[in-house]
Amino acid sequence: MATMLDSKSAVLRDARLGIEEFNYAYAETLDAMDVDGWVEYFTEDAFYHVIARDNAESGLPLGLIYCEGKAMMRDRAYALLNTEMFAPRYLHLSITNTRALAIDGDEIRASANYTLIETLVEETSRIQQVGKYRDVFVREGGRLLLKERICIYDSVMIDNCLVFPV
Amino acid sequence: MDGDNRLIAKVDGHTGTDRGWPADETRIPDWIYTDQDVYEREIEKIFLGRHWNYVGLECEVPEPGNYIRSYVGPYPVVVTRNMDGELHVFENRCAHRGVEFCREYRGSANSFICPYHNWTYDLKGDLTAIPFRRGIKGKGGAPRDFDMAEFGLRRFHVATRGGVIFATACDDMESIEDYLGPEICAEFDATFDGTEFRLLGVHRNILPSNWKLYQENLKDPYHATLLHTYLTTFGLFVSSNESNIPTDKLGRHGGLLSRRSNGRPDVPEEDQASMQAFKKTMELNDPRVLAFFPEADSKWSGAVLTIFPTLTALRQTNILNTRLLVPRGPNEFMMLWTVFGRADDDEEMTRHRLRQNNIFGPAGFLGIEDNEALKFLQDGVRKAMPREGLAVLGEDNEPTETIITERAIRGMYRYYRDVMEF
Repeated sequence: MATMLDSKSAVLRDARLGIEEFNYAYAETLDAMDVDGWVEYFTEDAFYHVIARDNAESGLPLGLIYCEGKAMMRDRAYALLNTEMFAPRYLHLSITNTRALAIDGDEIRASANYTLIETLVEETSRIQQVGKYRDVFVREGGRLLLKERICIYDSVMIDNCLVFPV
Repeated sequence: MDGDNRLIAKVDGHTGTDRGWPADETRIPDWIYTDQDVYEREIEKIFLGRHWNYVGLECEVPEPGNYIRSYVGPYPVVVTRNMDGELHVFENRCAHRGVEFCREYRGSANSFICPYHNWTYDLKGDLTAIPFRRGIKGKGGAPRDFDMAEFGLRRFHVATRGGVIFATACDDMESIEDYLGPEICAEFDATFDGTEFRLLGVHRNILPSNWKLYQENLKDPYHATLLHTYLTTFGLFVSSNESNIPTDKLGRHGGLLSRRSNGRPDVPEEDQASMQAFKKTMELNDPRVLAFFPEADSKWSGAVLTIFPTLTALRQTNILNTRLLVPRGPNEFMMLWTVFGRADDDEEMTRHRLRQNNIFGPAGFLGIEDNEALKFLQDGVRKAMPREGLAVLGEDNEPTETIITERAIRGMYRYYRDVMEF
């Protein structure tokens, strides 16, 4: 019994290490505003949702960003890079407290905390978003991909606008 | 010499104390966006004056006992539905020491108890209990003649139309219908058509800008295809769409109405040149986002209504939302975006609305740009040498289908000057 538990926690620890690597690369991609690259962290049918914590806890489904499938993410990436007007900024996304919660067949359920700090021209750095990821990862062709990332943000009162995904 | 009038030394410096409104109605002075005393006058003359202030939707408080936090002008209020189903709007400030007692975004309650000294109010805002009112062992407590009826929460008059809740401090206010006027009321009723709505969620953001600039922005069809290249790129709206820009007779309320053409819009070559980012062939990878299922009894697929002072109501394709502007001093306001669908939407229609809402809100393709542009605009009027802004486009007597115009902005400021006595 003890051996079984040990091997289970060892598997989860290995999964966590893989997800941590994934999240570090994910953050680096968004810090570089490479939203085309960001899309490639997801499966074709992935669901990506950025939702205010008060809506989530009240059972209200409205998302700040709501993407059903990679095609919608590609459209957002295209719009951001080619149609959107916004002030120049530096982005700093930190992903911490990564946890692999359960493994069910090919799927890994995981969570992490995230903080997005934005710095605009002649403004002090400020927290744009602080929240938690609820993730489902799968392995495709030997690499981890997100099948679902739900970003539940505590920072319900948004400072002006959220330009880039988290 | 040409351009001499632009040399700084020759420019008349308007200062904060020079409050003459420019004789030319196409000029708007900076100080209405930046000055604290103007803001305080707006509270008195506008938000507490003869106006209906939007405070929420009935679908946010569907059941007896439901409440939400909201605002009348800058003032925090609570909107409740009492056990008899009546709606009430009262200040969120305990009559005793002034505590802002209601701290939850929304909820359900039988009463409100101020956490400081447990003064208790019912869902109408009436004071129902004061702990130790008679003191202890005959000592202390409230004065013998303390009249609880006099110390309820200060309340506003309430009216609704089509599920939209309004509040006013004015004792002899006209009906919502008369307040809106026939032109705007007809468009209001086309969106708020009496069907039951279902709340999908609320977005909240702080915008470092004067609240009036948001109303101006939604009275300004000129910017739509220039700032929002998402619209033109993906064919949601182009300047050649059939449009109409009605206002009420006082100029305070307005609408931007437009009809989406079927298929790709046909933009004449000469107009494409002035639309910086027009891309004729761009299609979405996922066209579901822009799919349109007609649902309103209206020829217009898009209707943005600006209801003075602080409501905007949007029906764009299948997006339904209201925006409440909550002033927080002259240089900042809070926006509460309430997004809804219809109670009889099936699961697929709800998902369609959620997908489509990527366009609006503080991370929406249009929302990002409006919020950024208005922040830049406030930076300009707040930091630069004072000057007058221009609202020169179009004519005041033009046909209402004219869209390269600032007629509705001029109309709002004629009304504003009148109310503010500037």
